[in-house]
Amino acid sequence: MCLAIPGKVLTIEKDAQPVMGNVSFAGIQRRVCLEWLPDVNVGEYVLVHVGFALSKVDEKEAKETLDILRKMGEGLDELKQDGDA
Amino acid sequence: MRFIDEYRDGEIARRYAEEIKRITTRTWTLMEICGGQTHSIVKSGIESLLPEEIQLVHGPGCPVCVTPLEIIDKAIAIASRPDVIFTSFGDMLRVPGSHKDLLAVKAEGGDVRMVYSPLDALTVAKNNPDKRVVFFAVGFETTAPANAMAVKEARRRNILNFSILSSHVLVPPAIAAILSSSTNRVQGLLAAGHVCTVMGYEEYFPLVEKYKVPIVVTGFEPVDILQGIYMTVKQLEEGRCEVENQYSRSVRREGNLAARALLREVFAVIDRKWRGIGEIPSSGFGLSELYADFDAGKIFGVESIEVQEPAMCIAGDVLRGIRKPHECPAFGNECNPEHPLGAPMVSSEGACAAYYHYGKIRNPISTQ
Ligand code: SF4
Repeated sequence: MCLAIPGKVLTIEKDAQPVMGNVSFAGIQRRVCLEWLPDVNVGEYVLVHVGFALSKVDEKEAKETLDILRKMGEGLDELKQDGDA
Repeated sequence: MRFIDEYRDGEIARRYAEEIKRITTRTWTLMEICGGQTHSIVKSGIESLLPEEIQLVHGPGCPVCVTPLEIIDKAIAIASRPDVIFTSFGDMLRVPGSHKDLLAVKAEGGDVRMVYSPLDALTVAKNNPDKRVVFFAVGFETTAPANAMAVKEARRRNILNFSILSSHVLVPPAIAAILSSSTNRVQGLLAAGHVCTVMGYEEYFPLVEKYKVPIVVTGFEPVDILQGIYMTVKQLEEGRCEVENQYSRSVRREGNLAARALLREVFAVIDRKWRGIGEIPSSGFGLSELYADFDAGKIFGVESIEVQEPAMCIAGDVLRGIRKPHECPAFGNECNPEHPLGAPMVSSEGACAAYYHYGKIRNPISTQ
């Protein structure tokens, strides 16, 4: 029920009420309400639930979650995160 | 998919499991609140990666499962009216009421429609001015702002044939109810990350203070959940109890302030009955006075309905983490996803359905 998935913001219609935009989920586009993220920019990732963006996905924090492992043990050689959207 | 795939990496997951094993010196019982996390845990076999000392119990965090039978019956009564188009998220359509479900109403000729977003329900209302369009507003704090927006937009755009049947539930009061119960055995909690994208996690500080139980805001992918478990166990082993945030890529301490402001405008906190658990004070949202005209419960004044729960179903114990699904005598026998007796078998986020689909019964874990 509380499923929310990350997608990349492609367009923002600032004048729409509420503010809407197109968001890409691994290539599939959907119109999403962006009203609650006034500072979101095209190209950023947002977490979307039932057609509403709830929060921005923070790239630095996302990387740190994976990096904690390195600090715990001798570390994995690399944690590649390539592959956009 | 970016921000998903890397958190499903089996190698990283195994490494976390090893770390959890390394720091664990005694038994601990943890609860994940959210049904989405239960689904992910059972699907990815996380319990089998954990040391024996760590016991996971599954919480009440499936809004579909905890919607009371009375409200399902009310929805069915409203949806059966010829002047109504009844709209709902797909997972509510198969939840058994006392006598039938919403899909049966549709089969009998009722206009029942599945929507992806509450704004879609509003569009249905706009396009069908001669009908009354009702949206079944269920969900936790994650979903409530979207439903609030539909109501606010209905007012702004003067779409007055739209209304909602609200059965919103709130997570922190349910946590308090579980932790204060005399049968509680939960020592650490994984809080539901997506609820916290909206609400933040300030509400958890008083809970940690009062019940002396660590609470870690946790995401939904296997690596997230293992990291959440790791952080919780680490606190327990070190004798700490704090609020920590594993899901920092999406959750900010204050949550989403704009969405929270909308919730305060459109909804009011009310007492709410949870299916299988009973009434929990201040644990739900009803429409605020300002938006009372959009309350389908009031508009249709459905008489209070006498409800009948199947006697065999132990959903109440399952939802509070007291018993596991496979301990239910009906599990996999009289009760299965094709023919569910209770709501936890209907929704894919219900613990019973998750155990059924992913064969947990073959690998039962002791609940002691
Ligand atoms: S298996 Fe079915 S009958 Fe048993 S608790 Fe779960 S939903 Fe209820």
